[in-house]
Amino acid sequence: MTRIFISKDAAALALGADKVAVKIAAEAEARGAAVEIIRTGSRGMVFLEPLVEVETAAGRIGYGSVKASDVASLFDGGFTAGGAHALGIGKTEDHPFFARQNRLTFARCGIIDPVSLDDYAGMAGWRGLRRAIEIGPAATIAEVAKSGLRGRGGAGFPTGIKWKTVADAPADRRYIVCNADEGDSGTFADRMIMEGDPFALIEGMAIAAVAVGASKGYVYLRSEYPHAARTFQQALEIARGARYLGSDILGSGHAFDIELRIGAGAYVCGEETSLLESLEGKRGVVRAKPPLPAHKGLFERPTVVNNVLSLVAVPTILDRGGEFYAGFGMGRSRGTMPLQIAGNVRFGGLFETAFGLTLGEIVEEIGGGTASGLPVRAVQCGGPLGAYFPPAFFDTPFDYEAFAARDGLIGHGGLVVFDDTVEMAKMARFAMEFCAIESCGKCTPCRIGSTRGVEVMERIIGGVKVDENIALIEDLCQTMKFGSLCALGGLAPYPVLSALRHFPEDFSPRHALAAE
Amino acid sequence: MLEANPWNDARAEAIVNEHAGLEGPMLPILHALQHEFGHVGEAAAPLIANALNLTRAEVHGVITFYHDFRREPAGRHVLKLCRGEACQSMGSEALAQDLLARLGIDWHGLTPDGELTVEPVYCLGLCACSPAALLDDEVVGRLDAESLAEALDAVRA
Repeated sequence: MTRIFISKDAAALALGADKVAVKIAAEAEARGAAVEIIRTGSRGMVFLEPLVEVETAAGRIGYGSVKASDVASLFDGGFTAGGAHALGIGKTEDHPFFARQNRLTFARCGIIDPVSLDDYAGMAGWRGLRRAIEIGPAATIAEVAKSGLRGRGGAGFPTGIKWKTVADAPADRRYIVCNADEGDSGTFADRMIMEGDPFALIEGMAIAAVAVGASKGYVYLRSEYPHAARTFQQALEIARGARYLGSDILGSGHAFDIELRIGAGAYVCGEETSLLESLEGKRGVVRAKPPLPAHKGLFERPTVVNNVLSLVAVPTILDRGGEFYAGFGMGRSRGTMPLQIAGNVRFGGLFETAFGLTLGEIVEEIGGGTASGLPVRAVQCGGPLGAYFPPAFFDTPFDYEAFAARDGLIGHGGLVVFDDTVEMAKMARFAMEFCAIESCGKCTPCRIGSTRGVEVMERIIGGVKVDENIALIEDLCQTMKFGSLCALGGLAPYPVLSALRHFPEDFSPRHALAAE
Repeated sequence: MLEANPWNDARAEAIVNEHAGLEGPMLPILHALQHEFGHVGEAAAPLIANALNLTRAEVHGVITFYHDFRREPAGRHVLKLCRGEACQSMGSEALAQDLLARLGIDWHGLTPDGELTVEPVYCLGLCACSPAALLDDEVVGRLDAESLAEALDAVRA
């Protein structure tokens, strides 16, 4: 029996993986070939999806960008034994895009059957949770602190400190809330891990629960990710059945269970206080801080709110030690970051690596430049609220502080590449439009400022009193940046100001006239 | 195609009661109603308000805050076309404008034959195979005018 692995990650499905799987099964039957098709998560090489891998004595041999119409020729070429074919990429693990990575968080993703407990346990699964139970809450928090892990949602707050604050807050009950409201364009790491290795998130949340003494966890997942919802729900039921969740996890005496909740299309609910309001059943309106969610979070109880990637990093930290994790990275950015290379890029996908690669290495070497073949003009880093960096900034190392020093942010690790056909004034206008659509409405700079921002950008694009309007938009951006209650209004100026600063030619009256 | 039943007060009330025991039951209730009826009708707010001991205004406020909840049923098929930056970098805006012009509708519009609703979505997490869309329950990536038309023809056939 030959084992064949095909991803069922949403990106692979969007590129036709189901059709390929059906065709391989049919072709195998017609030819009397004994094959077992295992649906995995994605390896992250989206540019090679649908990727078909065959298990051989030498390891898994991959065939990339397979279409249903290629299947017959794959069989003709003896692919079930790893035979040569035009689509062959050799051993998947030796592919340059894959071999260069440090896969800690995504170690299992794309390799295992996502809902197989045996597969999960077979690749170091549950070892972190066992260790956390063994060493106890204080030592668990100390281990996470030692790892240097910082919140992967974008804010970069030290996870260990957050956990300690919650553990120390007196309460009748505490909550673990996982922020899976991954709304930033250009990011898909949360989706991939929840589809490809959901037990890792369950384990990370269980460790957090043991560490802070929480009894209930919620995963707030955006509604735009139906596939992740299905896989994660299935994983929850399996984990509960095997007593990794429930009244007595792994016989430790800790009671902890997780519920999956689905958002309803509001980007602002990725902001932690808005997310908590939404979980409580209210409008997703931002709360003023303090009190911090760590003191008064969900239903006014001390609450750990962590991003998916932060929580999924934790099992590795407990299993292999905080020092091991801290051994990766640079400066105060320790460990690895799953980069998501997206947009107009030749080799798009997820690339997990230690902090410290330069933006240029990521975009040009790993991403291979643009998909269109035209020169790279801009890279938006950190989602719709992130700055547009020009190629002149390609020497910036991927690190929280280095990006901040250039008025940018790494956010959730998404990088969207644009070729030289991009019109930056239009992108600046879109940033304001997006903020207007998604503003929760609580504070004036964001609610009104974004709408006025769209109007001013339209005047600039239309060539009306351009200099005055540029001065006006800069002033408006300052007001939004310093006057908004949360990151939505506070960061929406980043794409606008960076576009203005680095691509002024797109805002000049001459350009506006030429565009007409 | 998205199956939906016509609004039914008794069924709606049963759905509300099924979820009322959850912590923070509002969003699960609204999702369940929309799943059953394809929209969250005018009759929903008083029903939920009554069950959860809230004012109608509070419930109305929640329903209208979230982009997902429809006040009217959608067409037989729903296309959610991504407008995120990653999709824009691969030409999604032109793709969307051409489609909307061809159908003679705007965003959130329904074609006159009641077949297709087109909505914007801000990221489907398919940013490395953009432009992307969700057509009913199917994800589609690396769209161009031709493959989008093909996908639409396939579901409407």
